[in-house]
Amino acid sequence: MTTAVSFSQVSRHYGAVKAVDRVDLDVREGEFFAMLGPSGSGKTTSLRLIAGFEQPTAGHIEIFGETAEGVPPYRRNVNTVFQDYALFPHLNVVDNVAYGLMVRGVAKAERRRAAEEVLAMVKLPGYGDRRPGQLSGGQRQRVALARALVNRPKVLLLDEPLGALDLKLREQMQEELKALQRQLGITFVFVTHDQGEALSMADRVAVFSEGRITQVGTPQEIYQRPASRFVADFVGSSNVLPPDFVQRYCGQRGWGSLRPESIRIQADASGDGVPARVLSKSYLGAATRVVLDADGLRINAILPAGARLPDDGEAVVLTFNRETLHVMGGEG
Amino acid sequence: MRADRNERAPLPLTIAAAAGLLFLHLPILLIFVYAFTTEDKSYAWPPPGFTTKWFAVTWNRPDVWEALTLSVKVASISTAVALVLGTLCAAAVSRTKFFGRETISLLVILPIALPGIITGIALRSAFSLAEIPFSTWTIVLGHATFCVVVVYNNAVARFRRTSASLIEASMDLGADGFQTFRYVILPNIGTALLAGGMLAFALSFDEVIVTTFTAGQQATLPIWMLEELVRPRQRPVTNVVAMVVVIVTFLPILAAFYLTRDGDQIAGAGK
Repeated sequence: MTTAVSFSQVSRHYGAVKAVDRVDLDVREGEFFAMLGPSGSGKTTSLRLIAGFEQPTAGHIEIFGETAEGVPPYRRNVNTVFQDYALFPHLNVVDNVAYGLMVRGVAKAERRRAAEEVLAMVKLPGYGDRRPGQLSGGQRQRVALARALVNRPKVLLLDEPLGALDLKLREQMQEELKALQRQLGITFVFVTHDQGEALSMADRVAVFSEGRITQVGTPQEIYQRPASRFVADFVGSSNVLPPDFVQRYCGQRGWGSLRPESIRIQADASGDGVPARVLSKSYLGAATRVVLDADGLRINAILPAGARLPDDGEAVVLTFNRETLHVMGGEG
Repeated sequence: MRADRNERAPLPLTIAAAAGLLFLHLPILLIFVYAFTTEDKSYAWPPPGFTTKWFAVTWNRPDVWEALTLSVKVASISTAVALVLGTLCAAAVSRTKFFGRETISLLVILPIALPGIITGIALRSAFSLAEIPFSTWTIVLGHATFCVVVVYNNAVARFRRTSASLIEASMDLGADGFQTFRYVILPNIGTALLAGGMLAFALSFDEVIVTTFTAGQQATLPIWMLEELVRPRQRPVTNVVAMVVVIVTFLPILAAFYLTRDGDQIAGAGK
């Protein structure tokens, strides 16, 4: 399988600030790759390094085997969907979409036809004559997508494109983006701080923290076998357990990660398991989150709807399957 | 009909408004009236008679044409210089962060805040120190100091409202620097530059103070008018020139007003 984008020891420092620090990365051709991390973790800078808006201070970037350093954005076969969409306010929708073809000197009739075709693909046929100001947020997002796709890029970069949309629209766009990516076979690199979005859409996820990648893997790997305490906590708010706790209940030594939904709560305080006290509960709709205190260790459990809910302050026992407790290697 | 009694302004207010407008515009009307007077030594009221002969006289006076040509030339060149420098400066100040940015912003605006006489004296001493002979170009230089401010202010406001990612989007889609300027930056700041340029032109066209310090033997139109008023000969010629200038400059000012108003709508539409 060809490598679409490859970083080797890439750094981007701004003075003392290490926005991206010695990152190694391989994005495979045709995959949906998510860069996940909190704000300031270096994911957007990495995206901008691929787009060419930033140049690395050290390291080497290749896009489809070609060196990318020093190549300006307009000579890269890579297009971007911007977080604020960046639609040209003085152009109508069809001219926005056809912009990439216009600057390449494609004839007017031909680029209009191509633009209409892409607009139909993003489900906005017949919107060509409107101005960006006349569109809703979701429609602008589709125009931005169409504009980036019209050049048939080899890699499409998406910078938190769904951040400004409401929940319902976001879920719908997630489905559509995924379908579009399968249909076109273009490599998508998707930046997000929303772990749910990354897990549900991506083929592989890179988790960023403080300018470095802490783990790369499939959503299942990231979720079930987090490589570090940071990943365990950031992706799905896992319970991070100290080595002593893990040794007592599991026999192995090392930091552990236990998913809240793997925990069962038993009212019989004398039974086998981890004794704990209920601190609070919050109703989530499909489930209820219970916050517990196990001898000074704070533990979150998620109970499905219909399960018996313990009272606040009640002494309970927590049980879980051994396999669901993931012991993280190294320092963690 | 909507014009019922409740919506009509009260009489005292109407009178006050009319008086205010008269106070503002009557002197200008007087200038127009004296352009047609038959008496050419002093401004006697009421004018003894009316004639249109001064238009022909004005047309045939070479000094009028010389002053007008010089003024148009100076205003055009100063505006052109201001457009280039003002836009570049505005782009730098609004697009990037660098050491001393706020200071530069202040220094650019300063010439318009300073009294013209200070700018004038400063330029005059600078020119004599550098032994630059006075010419059209020294006037242009003097005028450019405040023309840049006007263009800069207009451009910087528009740049700040234009999203920086528009430029990146353009580059990302395959446009090089020149194409990005041509197809994205210029359409977005164009109306601001036009308005700024017109204002700069108008400022330069009627400037007296800085010009008196930076001109040699040449006279721009305002200087020519000033000299002409002192001389009791063919006085209505000055009025004819003034009247034509008022009428000719009124149109671009109106246009600038409408252009920037539309510009606000265009710039706001994308957000």
